Amino acid sequence: MKKSYIYNFVFLFFIGTCFAQQTPAPKQTTGYSIEGATAHLGNGKVIENALIMFSEGKITFVGSAENKIARIGKTIQAKGKHVYPGFIVTNSSLGLGEIDAVRATLDYDEVGKMLPHIRSLIAYNPESRVVESMRPNGVLIGQITPRGGTISGSSSIVQFDAWNWEDAAIKADDGIHLNWPNSITYGRFWLGEDPTIKPNKEYAKNVEKITSFFLDGKRYLKTNHLAKNIPFEALKGVFDGRKKLYIHASGATEITDAVNFIKEVGVEKMVIIHGDEAYKVADLLAENKIPVILNRAHRLPNNNDDDYDSPYKSAKILTDKGIMVAIGMEGSMERMSARNLPFYAGTYAAYGLGKEEALKLITSNAAKILGVDNRLGTLEVGKDATLFISEGDALDMKTNVLTDAFIQGRKISLETHQTALWKRYSNKYSSQ
Amino acid sequence: MKKVLIFLCFLISATIYSQEYFPKNSGVKTPKNSTIALINAKIYVTPTQVITNGTLLIKDGKVSDVGTNIAIPKNAKIVDVKQKSIYPSFIDIYSSFGLKKPKRAENKSNLPQYDASRKGYYWNDHIRPETNPISLFNFDNDKAKELLKAGFGVVNTHLQDGIVRGNGILVALNPNASNAYRIIDTKSAQYLSFKKSVQSRQVYPSSLMGAMALLRQMYFDADWYAKGFAKNIDLSLEALNKNKSLTQIFDAGSKQNALRADKIGDQFGIQYTIVGGGDEYENISDIKNTNATFIIPINFRKAYDVSNPYMASLIDLSDMRKWNQEPSNPAVLYKNGVPFSLTTHTLKSVSDFNKNLRKAIKYGLDKTAALEALTTVPAKILGESDKIGTLEKGKYANFLITSGAIFEPTTIIYENWVQGSKNVIHNMHAINIAGNYTLPYNNTNYNLAISENNGKLSGSIKKDDKKVKATISFKNNWANITLQNSKDSTAFVRFIGKATPDYKHISGLATDGLGNEFKWVATKNSTAALKKSEKKKQQTDTPYIVPVTYPNIGFGFSEKPHQETILIKNATVWTSEKEGVLYNTDVLLKNGKIAKIGKNIKNRNAKIIDGTGKHLTAGIIDEHSHIATVAVNEVGHNSSAEVTIEDVVNPDDIKIYRSLAGGVTSIQILHGSANPIGGRSALVKLKWGESAKNMRYSNSPKFIKFALGENVKQSNWGPSNKTRFPQTRMGVEQVYMDYFQRAKEYDNLKKSGKPYRKDVELETLAEIINKERFITCHSYVQSEINMLMKVAEKFNFNINTFTHILEGYKLADKMKKHGVGASTFSDWWAYKYEVNDAIPYNAAILHNYGITVAINSDDAEMQRRLNQEAAKSMKYGGVSAIDAWNFVTINPAKLLHIDQRVGSIKVGKDADVVLWSDNPLSVYSKAEKTIIDGIVYFDIERDLALRKSIKDERNKLINMMLNEKASGKPVQAPKKKATQYFHCDTVVNF
Repeated sequence: MKKSYIYNFVFLFFIGTCFAQQTPAPKQTTGYSIEGATAHLGNGKVIENALIMFSEGKITFVGSAENKIARIGKTIQAKGKHVYPGFIVTNSSLGLGEIDAVRATLDYDEVGKMLPHIRSLIAYNPESRVVESMRPNGVLIGQITPRGGTISGSSSIVQFDAWNWEDAAIKADDGIHLNWPNSITYGRFWLGEDPTIKPNKEYAKNVEKITSFFLDGKRYLKTNHLAKNIPFEALKGVFDGRKKLYIHASGATEITDAVNFIKEVGVEKMVIIHGDEAYKVADLLAENKIPVILNRAHRLPNNNDDDYDSPYKSAKILTDKGIMVAIGMEGSMERMSARNLPFYAGTYAAYGLGKEEALKLITSNAAKILGVDNRLGTLEVGKDATLFISEGDALDMKTNVLTDAFIQGRKISLETHQTALWKRYSNKYSSQ
Repeated sequence: MKKVLIFLCFLISATIYSQEYFPKNSGVKTPKNSTIALINAKIYVTPTQVITNGTLLIKDGKVSDVGTNIAIPKNAKIVDVKQKSIYPSFIDIYSSFGLKKPKRAENKSNLPQYDASRKGYYWNDHIRPETNPISLFNFDNDKAKELLKAGFGVVNTHLQDGIVRGNGILVALNPNASNAYRIIDTKSAQYLSFKKSVQSRQVYPSSLMGAMALLRQMYFDADWYAKGFAKNIDLSLEALNKNKSLTQIFDAGSKQNALRADKIGDQFGIQYTIVGGGDEYENISDIKNTNATFIIPINFRKAYDVSNPYMASLIDLSDMRKWNQEPSNPAVLYKNGVPFSLTTHTLKSVSDFNKNLRKAIKYGLDKTAALEALTTVPAKILGESDKIGTLEKGKYANFLITSGAIFEPTTIIYENWVQGSKNVIHNMHAINIAGNYTLPYNNTNYNLAISENNGKLSGSIKKDDKKVKATISFKNNWANITLQNSKDSTAFVRFIGKATPDYKHISGLATDGLGNEFKWVATKNSTAALKKSEKKKQQTDTPYIVPVTYPNIGFGFSEKPHQETILIKNATVWTSEKEGVLYNTDVLLKNGKIAKIGKNIKNRNAKIIDGTGKHLTAGIIDEHSHIATVAVNEVGHNSSAEVTIEDVVNPDDIKIYRSLAGGVTSIQILHGSANPIGGRSALVKLKWGESAKNMRYSNSPKFIKFALGENVKQSNWGPSNKTRFPQTRMGVEQVYMDYFQRAKEYDNLKKSGKPYRKDVELETLAEIINKERFITCHSYVQSEINMLMKVAEKFNFNINTFTHILEGYKLADKMKKHGVGASTFSDWWAYKYEVNDAIPYNAAILHNYGITVAINSDDAEMQRRLNQEAAKSMKYGGVSAIDAWNFVTINPAKLLHIDQRVGSIKVGKDADVVLWSDNPLSVYSKAEKTIIDGIVYFDIERDLALRKSIKDERNKLINMMLNEKASGKPVQAPKKKATQYFHCDTVVNF
């Protein structure tokens, strides 16, 4: 009895404090014309003094403001400002976890090893405070991805201004995520093991397990079954090309094995996630047109002898090899740090890629890799009016200051739990 | 029970070495004639005193005389060792011989154990000076055999368990005697280490710095106890005080720990003899400055198997180098005049000892020094030079009879005599039988050739210069030959025979396939049969050793960079002073200081750097860092004010270099946040390649880390960590009240002049009350921040800095009133429940309210781009560029009380500056030069050269290792140490 009292209390407490979320914007009814800004289209092109117009959620015009055509709806004067397509974070667990240290808030890692049937979308919390904190930085779209296991499950693409996960969904179950085994092992020092990194004797065996799972699934799918095997049913999309297989692998050995694996089992579309050593097998990836989702640029080199800027310049190296690159978020503090996505692109820009090419990593490249480039990723006529205006260069932290943001033409709030506290306490002190 | 066993043990072996006053019930007393004379030998009386054709006279296990003209008593047994050499046998000074590893204490409850298990001993179970292994000792015959074979005659053994391990015992490896005779000293030395005992699960110390603090407190307590002030009995401290006069041997195990141990020794007037790690060569001048005698293991690693290039990339250059450089360690010690002894310690197999020793000699170790390191030096360390180490008159007759010079690859140890008792390793008479013989049998003359190699005999038989199928074996001057008939392979003839005493013939009986027996005699024609091994040409090539860098890892300097006069011309200068940003300005750095700021500065001697289009700033200062340390948290107690990060600074951390590449010049290395009262900080400059000592600020302001919130109440430590006080924020307050109250009382007692027990922890806390030490406190939510300010006010001092201070914005007014600064994250949140209300506008709000604000990292990755983290304050809250830049320069300098020296570009301040390619707050900006005290520690051009040299050196070493593998030498699988990235809540396995 006493316990349930406490639970009720905790529940009420959460309700009491969690209702600060921003109300999703209603469907676009009036058109918008953004005039005078520098438009970064996301495909490498820049239009100075641009005019961008959109209505009913779609972009209707992209061109120079010198065009003497009629402005539709409300005009936003944006001289000196910059317009970007909404940034897309790939391989993210946003909305699947709220507070790292509070287990009850974490929903990204299911029990089991081979879980292609697990779907992230239904656990996605569109009212997450962490998700809303993405928007003031221009991150408006995400690929919500489960974690853990060998096959973690299916990801989905969502937009970050929604009432519920159905509203949020842009593309449900876009692909399945496979955590490729590691050819090296890390001694678990906390279990008293030798804390060294060395070749993994189980590696071949672990790869074999995955291969046979896919081959078994493929054989299963050749015929109809009365008794359904749910995991195998979920694999269907990767064999017929409807779903991508996202293989999370870092090492050169692993990536090479993964490429051979998809050929052996007959998977149509594959993407490498992480790819720390992808540069070592870049030709193989380019030849097979396999994109790479790199981790955030702000990380440490893997080896002591690596160049200090080896993570920073990785995007440039792969891009030069003709590999399509995007930026994903997996690892320590991945959800709250996803708002720094633009600055990871900025760092990749600084270390060789240049601003517009780096912008592609979080716009057009990401959209193409996720298969949503028909709607997102660039400022082009006919695409979703998912875009924002920044005071300055959005890839640089000192000038990434958003004034307006739109998702599907809907003018979304740029307030958050954090801006509310900022204002509340600033007001407290200014009135003292 | 154990005593009974020892008694039995004595009884059994007493039949061989019976003590003169012991009654005998098994027969009549039979005194032995124990005088032995070894004649015609080349005798190394000491490593440097050599007698040719000498006589060694042994009586009662000791050398009764040695020399050339020695009267040999008539009753002496004479052993002719012509053409052979006699050396004093080796001493292994660091051994666990005859002592079983103690069992690890079980943890039945699965709860952490904070208190000691024992009563009547020291409060910490890992302090065990009362351990006397004599009652645990059990002579290990198998191990003794191995050691005898390797040339050892005496081992110094102790129980290798605990931080203080008690005394050791000195044992002659004499399998033929009893413990009563072969134990030369029952209290040979006292042993210490930084490693905990396995016999207790007491958590404290959980870190290296904790172990160091514990040792210091122990010495203070021992002094207090010796003066008779203690009210209780403490058998540990009693034993420690009794062992004071013994040699103190400290198992450091690495160059860095050697310096750490020596530092403790210096504080208490103890010169430890230090057990090294084999890496002393990397910092030889610091090692020499310890003035310690070293005990050096020679456990050289195998080459790595680098045949798979993907896997080879796993191996650090530093590890590859170690493979190449380690064998030169004894040579480097010798050349630098560091006294040292060698040991088999850490070797998997004793048989590797001589192999590795020869390698060390090949890598430049002087042979005499090697012999001294195994004889006179260990004897001297133990204060036993009157008994062992040389073959001078009166010492134990512990010696080796060898075929030649001791460390030559072809030399054989024939016999290893211990206490005058012979142990045969290789039969020295075997060579006598070797030669070419004529063996007549069945009307045919066979040629029998017997050769000797390493004391082993082998033979072959020929008929008319053609080899005949035969198996031949030898034992104790007996030869056994089985001859196979060339026509009938099923017919055999077996010969058995013995060499005649003059070794001119071998004669015996032969039995043919039909069972017929014949007499046979083989006659020696020549004694030829050169030992096979002598035919081998000795390798004379000197090995290639890659040069040591500072530090000795990738990106280390082959030559330490030096201070320069530098003139930076025409740069945009961010002064972090009231002058703000100066355009087209020159800055002159001279004698490690900022000498001039202005336009058109000229200096003939200066190195000119064109700063056109570039930005010059003060070096970034990180108020909250955990890089360059080997420990973060001491979690054994809820207060650990006695520990200091200064003890555990690690100058060999690549993260130092990476931070330099991000424009960082100074950091405060903080204790973690596991305890309400953490440990003392280290304030260092990132002087890459310098020692820990040289990195530290001189006259550094004193700091200590405190912590609040989830970490100190162990909220996220799992279900087994619910017993340590405090578990709530309510308890945290009372921890502070308790400790500060006790510190105040302690300080009053100390000031009263009455005797007091020196307590490092309370002394540190008293420094806080006396405003001599500043607190930087890890803090998140407003309630506890408020609380700590109130606690401080009760004791009449101020909190200096709240670090992290994520809800500081809720208390800006109270913080301002208290006068505390804030060092915060730019945008971290949501990783714990207590950071739910953490907002990136925190810095802006606090700054706007007039609080000194710094942006910190707490993270090795973030630390190297703190310029970007500062820039986020412009985005979140609209802080001006100049103010944002101050967040990582002058403001942290102020918080650390080093703003008189660093943090801004001002004439007279330390020349700690960074030249950036662009506006330093921009994501596109790169640090091009990072200068500390006028020394360029990072240069983007030199970095490119270092990258190339790393690549080249790796290739070179990889080729050497491939060659090693190709030549059939053993290799090991690629591996590397896992890098641990420390944060506030990191607990390192210790």
